[in-house]
Amino acid sequence: MLVGNGYAFHKNTGGSALSTHHQHGPAGLVHRLVRKRDFYAGGLMILFGLLMSLKGPSYRLGTLMHMGPGFLPTALGVLLIALGVAIAAGSLTTADGEDEDILPENREWLAWACILCSPLAFMLFGNYFGMAPGTFACVFVASMGDRDAKLKNSLVLSSVVTVFGVALFSYILQIPMPVFTWRGL
Amino acid sequence: MISTALTDLWYGFGVALEPHNVMWCFIGVLVGNMVGVLPGMGPLATISILLPLTFGIKPVGAILMLAGVMYGAQYGGAICSILLNLPCHPPHAVTCLDGFPMTKAGRGGAALGATVFASFVGASWGITEMIFLAPVLVRVAMEFGPAEICSLMLLGLLAGSTLARGSPVKGVAMTVLGLMLGIVGTDIETGSERFTFAMTHLDDGIELIALALGLFGIGEFMNSVNQVSTVNAKYAKVTLKDMRPSREEWRRTIGPMFRGTLVGSLCSLIPGTGPTIASFVAYATEKKLSKTPEKFGTGMIEGVVCPEAATHSSIQGDFIPTMSLGIPGDAVMALLLGALMIQGIVPGPQLIKEHPDIFWGLVASFWIGNIMLVLLNVPLIGVWVKLLTIPYKYLYPSAMFFACIGVYAANNDMFQVGEMAVIGFVGYVLLRLGFHPAPILLGFVLGPRFEENFRRAMLISRGDIMVFIERPISAVFIAMCVLLIGLQVYVRLRPKKPGDTVIPTAFEGAE
Repeated sequence: MLVGNGYAFHKNTGGSALSTHHQHGPAGLVHRLVRKRDFYAGGLMILFGLLMSLKGPSYRLGTLMHMGPGFLPTALGVLLIALGVAIAAGSLTTADGEDEDILPENREWLAWACILCSPLAFMLFGNYFGMAPGTFACVFVASMGDRDAKLKNSLVLSSVVTVFGVALFSYILQIPMPVFTWRGL
Repeated sequence: MISTALTDLWYGFGVALEPHNVMWCFIGVLVGNMVGVLPGMGPLATISILLPLTFGIKPVGAILMLAGVMYGAQYGGAICSILLNLPCHPPHAVTCLDGFPMTKAGRGGAALGATVFASFVGASWGITEMIFLAPVLVRVAMEFGPAEICSLMLLGLLAGSTLARGSPVKGVAMTVLGLMLGIVGTDIETGSERFTFAMTHLDDGIELIALALGLFGIGEFMNSVNQVSTVNAKYAKVTLKDMRPSREEWRRTIGPMFRGTLVGSLCSLIPGTGPTIASFVAYATEKKLSKTPEKFGTGMIEGVVCPEAATHSSIQGDFIPTMSLGIPGDAVMALLLGALMIQGIVPGPQLIKEHPDIFWGLVASFWIGNIMLVLLNVPLIGVWVKLLTIPYKYLYPSAMFFACIGVYAANNDMFQVGEMAVIGFVGYVLLRLGFHPAPILLGFVLGPRFEENFRRAMLISRGDIMVFIERPISAVFIAMCVLLIGLQVYVRLRPKKPGDTVIPTAFEGAE
């Protein structure tokens, strides 16, 4: 019953229905942890710390007097693991809060994807076709992420930014990037 | 001492009044003010976008312009919070409390006018402080060896990460992450490549601009896309005539203005307590001193001018450790210091002596820039109000383009655009997990110098770690670090009283 309860909490993504519900025993502990934001925050830090402290020694540690390039990364990695453990453990001391959800209330998957793809579009189009197509693609992709984006509005916005952007960066600031080019794929 | 300071200042005005420097300063404050008004664009994102544009300028002009962007954005942020109730930048969050009720009551113009004036007074005091304190600090810091520099940096990093908003442990974790990111690339002493994962593009390390734009540009856009509520510009009709406060309002402005200035300058003396804390403390102080504390929140002009004066005095004060010791107090200062480093200038106590044109020119330009801002804000207020209504859906795609081209222009390297996207993604994940990314920048900028000095200190002391507490000055810094940690632990373990001001929790996730 206890375990089942905890699992239900874990699946409850809204998070608002959570109430203070203390469970005991190792299984209860784990289920309290997996609902905590700080548990994941600490976990991520431990992950980064592990990466640093395991990779660090391969750069030669040296001695304290003659420190090698691997000394500080390893030391920082260990420190980060300790901090990660502290953050994760700290999540147990707070009461089970309301807002422990990692994702925000409105999940803007499309918008997030658009924003992250926009620099990639700039890289791709900028590299193969030049600054103007790169700018257009970058702004267009980003603007499609808005909830009520319309194709026409996005096209107009992208064109305007492209004209101004190319004028400013290519002609006034003389950024060495061809406006149009063809580098074949 | 006073006469040398005045001579130096005179020299500084000579530098800052050179036509091209005046021009850069003007462009800086104008753009800063403009972008600061735009909802959802903070000074950090603005400075990082404009940073690549300054590479072609001489160091003096570049730093004058970037500093202008910074304090220009603060003026803009005040407009945003008073007229729209939108705390675009954390320091202005308290300004909303009384600023917006004043706007609703039709006194928004007066609040703005008084704010501009109070900001100018606060900033002027901060600049004066800088003129006299910075040379003294430099004289002390010239005696520092590697051990002292190390402990001082440790203090700066700890203060910057624990006194900022959010959980102190998380802040320290972010600083460590920043130090780590600073390590990526070729090691200066041995030439071995660290954490480059066989990517030759990473040999020179992570690009500061890519990091800053990733964390504060992309991360921030992902946070606010489709979340921004429609801007309520119903009350935001302000004309030039409205901006003159009445005689009664002037009378009530003077006292809080000077108290705010004092609070701000005190806060700037403690490393790590930036403008946000200064403005909160100033508001709380003013409320406590007021004869009618219950009226706060209903449109008291005292509650508007006091935090604004504190913000500006603390911002100018923050330049003192940044310029004289090379230890930035917050992420904005770290970014400015990074800009200096890109220009090939080594930060630290020798900066004022080796580059007096930069330091004194900067000091003088603060005044010039602040006067420009007063002159700009009064007639252009109508334009700013119009700018406030630009919808976010047009704003962020354009900003994305500026970010992309800016990162590209830094080194003409497309790889770094991708670097920015990856950092932006990680930054957003960290933001959602309740981390504030600002200390990352602090650690990143200080990281290489920290490692260098740490190694040197260990070499001189023959591997004796005790050197940090055997040398007296260093021991004082270490003691302050311990005190800082002890204080944090005490505050955390102490039973909470209902009257406690909730500074860190009130504005989580902003920036």
